[in-house]
Amino acid sequence: MSTATKELTKQEAFLTYLLRLADDRLILGQRNSEWCGHGPQLEEDLAIANISLDLIGHATALYEYAAEVEDEGHDEDHFAYFRDDREFTNLQLCELPKGDFGFTIARQFLFSAFSYFQYERLKEAQDEQFTGMVNKHLKEIKYHLRHSREWVLRLGDGTEESHNRIQESFDELWMYTDELFYMDEVDEWMIKEGLGVDSSEFKDEWKKLVEDTLTEATLTVPDWDQFMMSGSRKGIHTEHLGHMLAQMQFLRRSYPDAEWK
Amino acid sequence: MENQEKLDEFQARIDAGEKIEPKDWMPERYRQQLIRMMSQHAHSEIVGMLPEGNWIERAPSLKRKLVLLAKVQDEAGHGLYLYSATETLGIDRSELVDQYLYGNAKYSSIFNYPTMTYADICAIGWLVDGAAIVNQTMLARSSYGPYSRANVRICKEESFHKKQGYEMLAKMASGTPEQQKMAQDAVNRWWWPSLMMFGPHDSDSPNSAELIKWQVKLKTNDELRQHFVDRMVMEAEAIDVTLPDPDLTYNEETGHWDFGEIPWDEFWNVVKGNGIMNRDRMKARRSAHENGEWVREAAVEYARKKKLREEKAS
Amino acid sequence: MSDTNNKDNWPLWEVFTQPKSGKPHEHAGSLHAADEEMALQNARDTYARRNEGVSIWVVESKHITASTPEDMGPFFDPANDKPYRHPQFYSVPRAVKKRS
Repeated sequence: MSTATKELTKQEAFLTYLLRLADDRLILGQRNSEWCGHGPQLEEDLAIANISLDLIGHATALYEYAAEVEDEGHDEDHFAYFRDDREFTNLQLCELPKGDFGFTIARQFLFSAFSYFQYERLKEAQDEQFTGMVNKHLKEIKYHLRHSREWVLRLGDGTEESHNRIQESFDELWMYTDELFYMDEVDEWMIKEGLGVDSSEFKDEWKKLVEDTLTEATLTVPDWDQFMMSGSRKGIHTEHLGHMLAQMQFLRRSYPDAEWK
Repeated sequence: MENQEKLDEFQARIDAGEKIEPKDWMPERYRQQLIRMMSQHAHSEIVGMLPEGNWIERAPSLKRKLVLLAKVQDEAGHGLYLYSATETLGIDRSELVDQYLYGNAKYSSIFNYPTMTYADICAIGWLVDGAAIVNQTMLARSSYGPYSRANVRICKEESFHKKQGYEMLAKMASGTPEQQKMAQDAVNRWWWPSLMMFGPHDSDSPNSAELIKWQVKLKTNDELRQHFVDRMVMEAEAIDVTLPDPDLTYNEETGHWDFGEIPWDEFWNVVKGNGIMNRDRMKARRSAHENGEWVREAAVEYARKKKLREEKAS
Repeated sequence: MSDTNNKDNWPLWEVFTQPKSGKPHEHAGSLHAADEEMALQNARDTYARRNEGVSIWVVESKHITASTPEDMGPFFDPANDKPYRHPQFYSVPRAVKKRS
């Protein structure tokens, strides 16, 4: 981990970069998996489980690569099961409780839209192993974006109830969106090395996609200038993350010497 | 009209091994029996998501989490195939769902048992999916075309379900002392319920003879159960777990394994709704359905508005 | 309480998937969806979870017209006595046969 006093190495920066990407996906995938067996319609149960499988799959691949970069003999499970909430660097956006179906969709849309622009640029990274992964995952991200966007339209421009519900979800989620574009010395390193992307480059594109979609869905775009949360990338989280990790990690940590793969 | 001639003709088609398709003539009783049996099968797949879904969030490795989530998702798919097949008999899915959420339709009692430890997930994969495969392999040759095809697809997808459970159970059974204890405990609890999955003895199964006559089923409950026991004895031995039945003995004469008396009182008790998890399962399914109503309505309303807009534009 | 509300019922669709490019689309099964786009997405999630296809068609079930069992005779039997429609009806020199 980087500190103000210690110079960040390229290896540390790349590891942190990969973990941030992976943590977002694991935590959101874990949240979405709570829908399995409880979806609003059988067909949609399958769809959310698919998105969840993709996200956890992406996280697994990223953790595997992180373990290689770290080179301390860890495996992917080490990062998922043996770190505490202060070490998780996922966005607060991803850890918030699943809420109703509208909340889940609104969050997925905001996140997938960001991932889409981010991965479109990560394709150009100067690392074949990394871009191999990125290209593969990008195809699935495009589908997540399409699926969640279509649902935003349906809920926004559906019944009065659905309109109000998803509007409320967007209002609630708004203050967690600025963090999507958070950048620090880790990103600077990665951009310099041709491994990372400058998210400020596509902020306007992302905003436009979000605004156009909400407008088409007859929804009101919340105020961009409101107070925005921060701190995720430095391990500052809502209380929800701790409970999620307690549940996710308990078995593995109770019997750390056992084989569970 | 169901005159004898038509019934005979129908029976002759069945006996010749022909498949019956949705628009073909069929006795009303055949249709009703299929609706009952197929929808029960579908409900079971859906309720069956809950006991296993209980461990998705707590799965002990990322690999096992992905495997379990994919498996439970498949069950939703299987429920969907089976509902679709049932709908070819002229009944809407919403009506079928209504019958089990708010009416008397049944689902397999096995899903009213709790999954207390992660080893239960492995035992379910091995025993419960093992039993389901025995049953579904037979149903893949059922006389009703859509039901047979749905089961072909299900069998193809389900082969990994049993394997993943058996593989992990084997790992636990040869793992740390705590894992071994968990694995054996899970087998102890799931063995008898899995035998009950094949239903009552043939002598107590009023529907069996008729279903076999119409080749909806090709084997009796007891035949399938015996087939399952023979196989499981062998598989239990291979991974060093003990099946909790002191009466299990190989019968030289029949070439099969004899087993002890199944606790039928418990079976009927769970069927009547008194299993540990009966009430929770129904509550969970009803609340998913009721909480989803506004979502389903929104999609219908959006489709209506969109159509109107398109009509106006053209 | 029973769910008698029909405002939340999605119509039934038939799904056809093309297993490989160049192959014909085959009936994969059915599902429920409120409109075309969702039918297509649901078909992808339900019938192509294991890379079963490269292309999907969906059509609302009510738009399919099917022949009835009574049509079976008049529709299909007459072809039985038209062997000239089948390649086996024609003889080809041996040398040519071998090459094809």
